[in-house]
Amino acid sequence: MSGASFRPSRRHALALSGSALTAAALAACGGNTGRPESGGSSSGGKPTIAQWYHQYGEDGTEQAVKKYASEYPDASVNVTWIPGDYDKKAASSLLTSSGPDVFEYGNGPTIDMITGKQVVDLSDLLGPARSDFTPSLLERMTYQGKLYGIPQVVDMQLFVYRKSMLSKAGVTPPRTFDELLAAADKLTQGKVKGLFLGNDGGAGVMGGPVLWSSGTDYLTQDDKPAFNTPAVAQALAKLATLFKSGNLLLGAPSDWSEPAAITQGLTAMQWTGLWTLPMIQEALGDDFGVFPFPAIGSGGKPAVPVGAYSACVSAKAKNVTAAKQFVKWLWVDQTDKQLDWAQSYGFHVPARKSLIAKAEKLKTGPAKQAADMVTQYGHPQTPLLWTPASASAFGDAVDKIIRSGADPKSSLAAVQRTVTNELKRFA
Amino acid sequence: MASPAEVRPAARTPAPARSKRRWTDSPHLWFWIFVGPFLVGLTVFVLVPIVWSVWLSFYEARNTVTPTEFVGLRNYTNMLSDPAFRSSLGTFVVFALFIVPTTFVISLGLAVLVNGAARGRSFFRSVFFLPTACSYVVAAMIWRGSLFSGVSSGAINTVLGTVGIAPVAWLSVVDPPWYWLVITTARLWLQVGFFMVLFLAALQRIPRTMYEAAALDGAVGWKAFRYITVPQLKATSTAVLLLLLVNAFQAFDEFYNLMSSTGGYPPYARPPLVYLYYTALGDVQDFGNGSAGAVILTLMIALFALAQGRLTGIGRRED
Repeated sequence: MSGASFRPSRRHALALSGSALTAAALAACGGNTGRPESGGSSSGGKPTIAQWYHQYGEDGTEQAVKKYASEYPDASVNVTWIPGDYDKKAASSLLTSSGPDVFEYGNGPTIDMITGKQVVDLSDLLGPARSDFTPSLLERMTYQGKLYGIPQVVDMQLFVYRKSMLSKAGVTPPRTFDELLAAADKLTQGKVKGLFLGNDGGAGVMGGPVLWSSGTDYLTQDDKPAFNTPAVAQALAKLATLFKSGNLLLGAPSDWSEPAAITQGLTAMQWTGLWTLPMIQEALGDDFGVFPFPAIGSGGKPAVPVGAYSACVSAKAKNVTAAKQFVKWLWVDQTDKQLDWAQSYGFHVPARKSLIAKAEKLKTGPAKQAADMVTQYGHPQTPLLWTPASASAFGDAVDKIIRSGADPKSSLAAVQRTVTNELKRFA
Repeated sequence: MASPAEVRPAARTPAPARSKRRWTDSPHLWFWIFVGPFLVGLTVFVLVPIVWSVWLSFYEARNTVTPTEFVGLRNYTNMLSDPAFRSSLGTFVVFALFIVPTTFVISLGLAVLVNGAARGRSFFRSVFFLPTACSYVVAAMIWRGSLFSGVSSGAINTVLGTVGIAPVAWLSVVDPPWYWLVITTARLWLQVGFFMVLFLAALQRIPRTMYEAAALDGAVGWKAFRYITVPQLKATSTAVLLLLLVNAFQAFDEFYNLMSSTGGYPPYARPPLVYLYYTALGDVQDFGNGSAGAVILTLMIALFALAQGRLTGIGRRED
């Protein structure tokens, strides 16, 4: 074989020029996208709308959304249920004309989807209901005064602890960051670790809570970097110490987003999501409680991240008006369906304040405490202008600080340079 | 003397009429029937994407594959000044430098041992080859969830526990970087058998008489291996090295499935394909920078291939 005939690059280029390939494949192969073969109208004269969801874990969710869709009188709605890496599939599909008309996306569409004019303005859909939606979530999905996503349901992250383990060790639920670290030390006994923040030691999910609990944020209100403060650097350095202390559970069978670590008795306290509470309750009965990420230093206050899958409308929708009307019908007008979606298939906080009051599951115990935390301590996971490049740089830095003991001050300064460059794109 | 007609008997045979040649007789037709579909596939799925990717690399192309803003070499300078991308290139070089010679040595060693086995050769050949049939994704899941699980009930931790060693969080800690042990053992398990079979086939083609003649001169054991086996395996060895290098460049599946978590992919053991996957796909959708990274990576691979060609003699004239 000659050197000239060596062609590894072509396979790489095939894989990496995903741009062209993805678009071509999606366009050529098509698949069941929910859209009709041609045009946007069904045979009955009603418009046809393709709606995409990611695959939810809870039983009954797919049947529920299909039922909602079938009850819409003004259009024929085809629901496509997408397993696997939904975000990538949805984002790629927006490049083509065979993508969805209506689709959900975590925390609304990205800033590049908005500036790339891939999604349409939904500001006129809320009407008087606007004041009923959690304001911070609407703000997260608003760019230059226009709203690009309608929150469907709210999820949050929080700490869960084993009451019996804490009481046996004489520990009360921590109210400050230092108390959390001290509790982790005291609760580490034998094979049981005091704290589980994820198999990466919390590097992937602790960034936001550390910022908010230190009294700052990713960006300021006027979109300037806000994360590079001495308090944040000091808190991350403490997490680095915790990582090496032996008090942290690492290498658990499943990550923080599942409850196995605490239900299997591997840890006394775990960072997880609201969605795990039913499973924890089933495994532990009443032997668990919840608390937010505690305050850091004198200027901070407790915090929890909140996020929301939101309904968006593709700018390439065959019938944008019909698609918007359907979104308004389902996610603004049909409050009974919204309540059903939040409460009947798992454990979520309705996106509208009036529905939180009607949610029976959120009226008692840890679930009520968690729901209260959303309004009391909730922060949208990231700001709209926190681009993937900024998130990647910040995530890498936090990981290196926590797991490798990198210098927090210089690491955060390097991230600030990246973030500043990214923000210039939207100046 | 023969008449002209006798010396040219064929001249009297009437030539087949042109009109009677069937269209199916054309050799070009069968060439295109067999080659055409592959050429179309190659063009649509390989050549066009390559050209398109190179074109995109000179444009600002976020969330679009038909951009209009020409930015010259900016995407290239972006990627080359991106510490995460540079780090991923370093990861890939270190990985290739380790995995290529290691697989080569182990697969050759196993081939020699299996070839020399007095009995059970087929059994051992099958045992070592079987992992090749396993997908990288499945193997990564087994390695992560069972063998190298960080809890005390993980297979390796159970073994370590029997000699009093505390459980190791293989994929969580970076000091020491045990994750490299997990990644490289998974890959070795998956690919050693395939290359062993290649070596085995080559070993079986070496005439026994060569070893017998060498033995008369006292060349047995290591000397026979050094002066007969190694030179006789030259062609196979160069092919194996090339395939190993290509495989190393394509590292993605086991890295992604072993290292990625709910929080994303950590900054460690992140080969360029994984980095570019995050850059060019997902909610990033930055096809300009992603394509520039792909072109840089392609050039780098070409350089490695040329360097390897020089070292191993691939493409050199036999004379």
